[in-house]
Amino acid sequence: MAYVAVSGGKEAIEESIRLLDYYRSGTNKDIEIEAIENKLSLLVDRVMSEAGLYAKTYAALALKQCEGSPEEAVFLLRAFRSTLTRNYYTEVVNTEDMRIVRRISAAFKDITGGQILGATYDYTHRLINFDLDQENAAELKEHMHNMLTSQTAEEIHPCPRVSDALKKEGIIDSCEENNQPPHDVTMNMLEFPSDRSARLQTLTRADTGFISGLAYSVLRGFGQVHPTVGELRCGYVELYVPYLSEIGESIYIGEIMMTEVECFNSADDKDQLKLAVGYGAVFGRNENKAISMSVIDRELDAGGPHPTQNEEFVLMHGDSLEMNGFISHLKLPHYVTFQSKLDAVRKTRG
Amino acid sequence: MGIEHRKLTNNHYNFAFLDEGSKREIRRATLKAVAIPGYQVPFGSRELPIGRGWGTGGIQLTLSLIGPEDTLKVIDQGSDESVNAVSIKKFVGLCTQVKTTTRTHEATLIQTRHRIPEIPLTQGQILVLQVPIPEPLRIVEAREEITKQMHAEKDYAPIWLQLYESLVKYNKVTIASEYPCMVEGRYVMNPSPIPKFDNPKLHKSSCLYLFGAGREKKIYAIPPHTEVISLAFDDVPFEIESFAGQQCRLCGSGNTYLDEVFDAQTGERFHQCSDTSYCKEVVDHAQ
Repeated sequence: MAYVAVSGGKEAIEESIRLLDYYRSGTNKDIEIEAIENKLSLLVDRVMSEAGLYAKTYAALALKQCEGSPEEAVFLLRAFRSTLTRNYYTEVVNTEDMRIVRRISAAFKDITGGQILGATYDYTHRLINFDLDQENAAELKEHMHNMLTSQTAEEIHPCPRVSDALKKEGIIDSCEENNQPPHDVTMNMLEFPSDRSARLQTLTRADTGFISGLAYSVLRGFGQVHPTVGELRCGYVELYVPYLSEIGESIYIGEIMMTEVECFNSADDKDQLKLAVGYGAVFGRNENKAISMSVIDRELDAGGPHPTQNEEFVLMHGDSLEMNGFISHLKLPHYVTFQSKLDAVRKTRG
Repeated sequence: MGIEHRKLTNNHYNFAFLDEGSKREIRRATLKAVAIPGYQVPFGSRELPIGRGWGTGGIQLTLSLIGPEDTLKVIDQGSDESVNAVSIKKFVGLCTQVKTTTRTHEATLIQTRHRIPEIPLTQGQILVLQVPIPEPLRIVEAREEITKQMHAEKDYAPIWLQLYESLVKYNKVTIASEYPCMVEGRYVMNPSPIPKFDNPKLHKSSCLYLFGAGREKKIYAIPPHTEVISLAFDDVPFEIESFAGQQCRLCGSGNTYLDEVFDAQTGERFHQCSDTSYCKEVVDHAQ
């Protein structure tokens, strides 16, 4: 008999959960949280970004708990997040002050502040490195440490955006700073038409695969086709919270790594053309997600007949938790509703 | 940088999991829902340790309402022992330690998926229904922006048209479960995927019905004694699922919603009560 009709669901669940441990038990070797945090950092970044919680150690722990499944890890972090009281909101971060570790422009060769290639897999040949099997982690760490300490530190100056020059020229619209409190999508239901703040929050927490696929559809022809990455920057930004007893004072609470992208498209400006900007910003190092976000942001602004230009389609279907929750619920018993469906089908058949 | 320095253990979760501010916020939305029967109140749905689409709207209602004095019953498809019912009961139990029961009349708070118990609920009881798609107009209009407007203008023509088209095409209204109803002559409401068999139980009942959709971030309600009419034409009355001539093979009831069960060996088809606790009580009473 199936898994609802008789009693025994409780025992079945307990055994099922115990069986999960079996799948983590194939070796004597453990995987340390510190190792996940430092050696699977792109996965950790992805999980933090989709969870909307910047907490590397917890993300690493979550990944260990669920055999490395990104959607399960996101799930764990989000559920944990629900138990936390929100005491402060950080002050607005100006990413011009970012401590940049990588910065490129596909629009201009020479940009103020310069291009910094930084670390990227883009130019590696994707050949499996069989030597990694025998890698000595301690040696690697020491080697890197020595390399860094032997170099003289250089001062980093805040770096203006590539779009600033184009704004001065009038090719890109300049706009006033909008200091309205954002529509917090974690505390309120998304409403349509949505605020841009709600849109950007939803996109930055979206499933990486989902928005990459959507952005790809834009490039292939279901949208405005080929945008140009005006600027991609990746680095650390500092976070401050207001100091409650001294108005105007704030306290530094730490820094986070993030990736930010501006992409450019041509757009109609009455009888002439202008450039329009799409914006993407995500936790950690996740360049394709940030680029995809900027592409989708621009498509939503433009509007039109394609799926990526439809706000409800894009914003309602990209949340990892929601999509995976609802898809997996199909495995639950549907005996009552299916019985009802059978009844309706049979009645039309006389 | 180990986790141990953060002094967080598995015992640090609040009573009923969510922080008090979140629970209060959900109760506020619930009060609004009670004040406007059938109207879908948006709320800031929180993520839970249970999957979105697995009853998180209902669980948030339960968590926001439950107190140490409550007695909780959870059913799924009418069964107390169904895997998801067990899982939800276990979770609420873990973070509240409240008493649980399988007996419908003993419970103060009942969370359910896809069924309303056979025993009529009484004053003081709350039935929390889990809702996958709260919007009754979604089958005729995909866009939330538009359906909201349709409700505001009481523009329900498309859904009536759908009923009519189904009559023309199949000579029957072919909506199975999730059969739409009109609440107090104002809002068309999705009663959640209960079978049509259960729709009449919503009408002028003694208990409070609360509906929670976690993924879709909506709460709505039917307060006691509210008029809830399943949509139908004057000359084609509303029709529930029929089990003519069938009765439960365990308790012999012929007036309950029945599940169809196949015997894999003989290929024979049986019926039995979907409400397992009702079925058991009938059997116990007979003995």
